[in-house]
Amino acid sequence: MIGAGGPAIEAAGLCKSYGDALVLDNVELAVAEGTIFGLLGPNGAGKTTIVRILSTLIPADCGRMRVAGRDVVADPDGVRGSIGVTGQFSAVDDLFTGEENLRLMADLNHLGRTEGRRRVGELLDAFDLADAARKPVSTYSGGMRRRLDLAMTLVGSPRVIFLDEPTTGLDPRGRRTMWEAIRDLVATERVTIFLTTQYLDEADQLADQIAVLDRGRIVAEGTPGQLKRRIPGGHLRLQFTAPDALEAAERALEGASRNEEHLTLQVPGDGSVAALRRVLEELDDAGVEIAQLSIHTPDLDDVFFALTERPAAQQAAVL
Amino acid sequence: MSALAYTITDSTTMLGRNLRRLRRYPSLTLMLVGMPIVFLLLFVYVFGGQLGAGLGRGLAGGHAGRAGYLNYLTPGILLMTVAAAVQGTAIVVAMDMTGGIIDRFRTMAIARACVLTGHVLASLIQTLVSIVVVLGVAIALGFRPTADPADWLAAIGVIALFAFALIWLATALGLAAKSVETASNTPMFLTLLPFLSSGFVVAASMPAGLRQFATYQPFTPVIETLRGLLTGTHIGGNAIGAIAWSVGIGVASYLWAIRLYNQRHAR
Repeated sequence: MIGAGGPAIEAAGLCKSYGDALVLDNVELAVAEGTIFGLLGPNGAGKTTIVRILSTLIPADCGRMRVAGRDVVADPDGVRGSIGVTGQFSAVDDLFTGEENLRLMADLNHLGRTEGRRRVGELLDAFDLADAARKPVSTYSGGMRRRLDLAMTLVGSPRVIFLDEPTTGLDPRGRRTMWEAIRDLVATERVTIFLTTQYLDEADQLADQIAVLDRGRIVAEGTPGQLKRRIPGGHLRLQFTAPDALEAAERALEGASRNEEHLTLQVPGDGSVAALRRVLEELDDAGVEIAQLSIHTPDLDDVFFALTERPAAQQAAVL
Repeated sequence: MSALAYTITDSTTMLGRNLRRLRRYPSLTLMLVGMPIVFLLLFVYVFGGQLGAGLGRGLAGGHAGRAGYLNYLTPGILLMTVAAAVQGTAIVVAMDMTGGIIDRFRTMAIARACVLTGHVLASLIQTLVSIVVVLGVAIALGFRPTADPADWLAAIGVIALFAFALIWLATALGLAAKSVETASNTPMFLTLLPFLSSGFVVAASMPAGLRQFATYQPFTPVIETLRGLLTGTHIGGNAIGAIAWSVGIGVASYLWAIRLYNQRHAR
């Protein structure tokens, strides 16, 4: 998973505690250049702490970290020169207009007058903020604020971008827009993105690599596909119209479990065409008619709940 | 560009940001300038006749009664203006520190000091503008300074130096506050200190204990120096006292503020 240029972010033996509470426990990470890395975990898992350490905001208690080829501890200014951070809490100036916020970033990035103006105009257009450019940010919607926040992060053309829960609190349309913006960034500018999220579908949609963080430990790592294959739960669901058909089907298929009430049968399987054909042939041979069929592959929800060692019911109760 | 050039550029950018913020939030400045003006009007027109009668002409710039009291009072009101203005410093610093934008600044490759320098310089400009406004009101009411140009320059220097010290103190208080509400309360004691000084009445007229406090607290030498420069009363050792207090408060507050700033998000 390490690209030609070496990893854009690497951390080894990262730990951090607040008093007696161990927040991060020996975290290892490597993110290849030009990819999106998703750090997935429930609230309080330590996601934000990792972002704050890697973006030089707080020191770690131990561990070695390099971001964009610079050592986070020895050369924090070098790191700051290559990164952009959009945190969980809106980092925009409410008393300013969108354009003024971006101009402030251009000035602090020492872009110069002409280049600053050009970059600000470009970002206002790219993030669909040109119409609202001269309105105070206090009048912006949640989605507009997030887009401005991300646009401000991009003014200095960072190579590595940290996005801490970038869509928390956004409506579905706002989330889609944000996802597109993030995908565009990687596609057009080949930046590396370190994303934290508590939304499984978000990690699934965006990330090339995912690490699942639970109580300060990385409990699993891989591509979304690899993670899904790591846990059982794939099955076919067959629906019948009459109890005798259900019974006949159960006799014909080994390992199936039935639900009398719903007249359904659950057949374990990996969802491949071969497995599907085998089931259909066996039912054909037994002369059983199927009313409906659906294929269920494990989604990241299953992975998440299996890995964070808390049953789904308990998770739901917490939410 | 060199590191120093970057520091200056970034501080100028932050100064511009803070001045613009102050213009966008005019109610804060109006409230802070309004307070000393209300006290000026109250003390001159309600208490001034009687208080002026108790002052010797030597302390009142050669005038008697209400007009004399206005001359006596104005330096203290100017210092109260400084104390009120720095309350705004604590508020805007706390607004910045409790908002998300400070984390953005801290993850950017900008001169570390520029966030605080920007606040302090903007507050200094705001305070001096407030002083001009309050002084204008006092002159409109009949305050007649006898200062020559050199005295005026010295007076501006004394006010600016003391304001600079209190602004650093308020910056530290703003950094120490956990919320904007706290930050708007903690510097309030500064606006009370002019009452317990020689700003409104002669310290010698106060009872023992309070008299010693009023004589030796920082506002008194600054007010006495300012009064001497503007209306020609005797300054004596107060000039040294004023400078010593200003430098002392300024240096201690600066060190405290820097320490708080570097600690604040390192938790």
